Amino acid sequence: MTDPMFSVGDKVRIRDAYPIGHCRTPFYTRGITGKIERHCGNFANPEELAYRRDGQPAVPLYRVRLPMRQMWPDYTGAPLDTLEVEIFEHWLEPDD
Amino acid sequence: MHDYTHHHPHPNQPDEEDGPFTEYRLLEVALRELLIEKQVITQAELHKTYQMMDDRGPHNGARMVAKAWSDPAYLDLMRRDATAAAKSIGLEPTWLNLIALENTDAIHNVVVCTLCSCYPWPLLGLPPDWYKSRTYRSEVVRNPRKVLAEFGTNLPETTEVRVHDSSADMRYLVVPKRPEGSEGWSEEELAELVTRDSMIGVVPALAIEDL
Repeated sequence: MTDPMFSVGDKVRIRDAYPIGHCRTPFYTRGITGKIERHCGNFANPEELAYRRDGQPAVPLYRVRLPMRQMWPDYTGAPLDTLEVEIFEHWLEPDD
Repeated sequence: MHDYTHHHPHPNQPDEEDGPFTEYRLLEVALRELLIEKQVITQAELHKTYQMMDDRGPHNGARMVAKAWSDPAYLDLMRRDATAAAKSIGLEPTWLNLIALENTDAIHNVVVCTLCSCYPWPLLGLPPDWYKSRTYRSEVVRNPRKVLAEFGTNLPETTEVRVHDSSADMRYLVVPKRPEGSEGWSEEELAELVTRDSMIGVVPALAIEDL
């Protein structure tokens, strides 16, 4: 099993990339920075599964907590509102 | 006595056999009988699966929530490993990687799947149509408080709204706040207060006077 590269609380940026093919990184989260909420375990890569390959080796999957205000600059809800989303490790880069 | 004679045909709901016997139905029957004949699966296994599928519904999630409300050890297990918590009361969400999200005065959780319609079927049954609608999926991540207000849920600014996009392999069950005045209720009684929508997080659990 691939060891997870990130730990709880690490600051990460979701890659602002637009590759062709299937992936499970919602558009609206790309380029947004947040914090690792947890490592969910390692799961078969959906970008491979979508084309009937086995998706191995499994990829670490995280839940990332993103502030609403950062995602939507004109957000009118409370400043403390957040969103959590599951992101595979190869879509994350450290945010220094 | 009223002299009743039939002057009109009764409205007639078609029977199962009145639909066309399609190629897919034929294929299902042929495949099922062959699998049993070749001893790949047994009739008993098949029935167990039917039963499991028919048993999917919000009553399962409600049992978990009611138990979490009344049993601190169970709530603790839900926090650490919600899949294990489901299994420990005889539910078999075999494929489910479950996370329980507790609603409190400080945090209100609400669940969506923006990419499709991921949903904890074994615990909540089939998702409602609005959950799959593009309107809900796109709006709840953009203006969650507005969407919640449309469901009648108005939250103070001091409560953090936390939207969970069920985008990959995890599934989510919201544990709504325990309604006031339900102290001393049994788990069965408490489960009556837990609605499907309250476990998605768009509304609170029923108030005791709503029962």
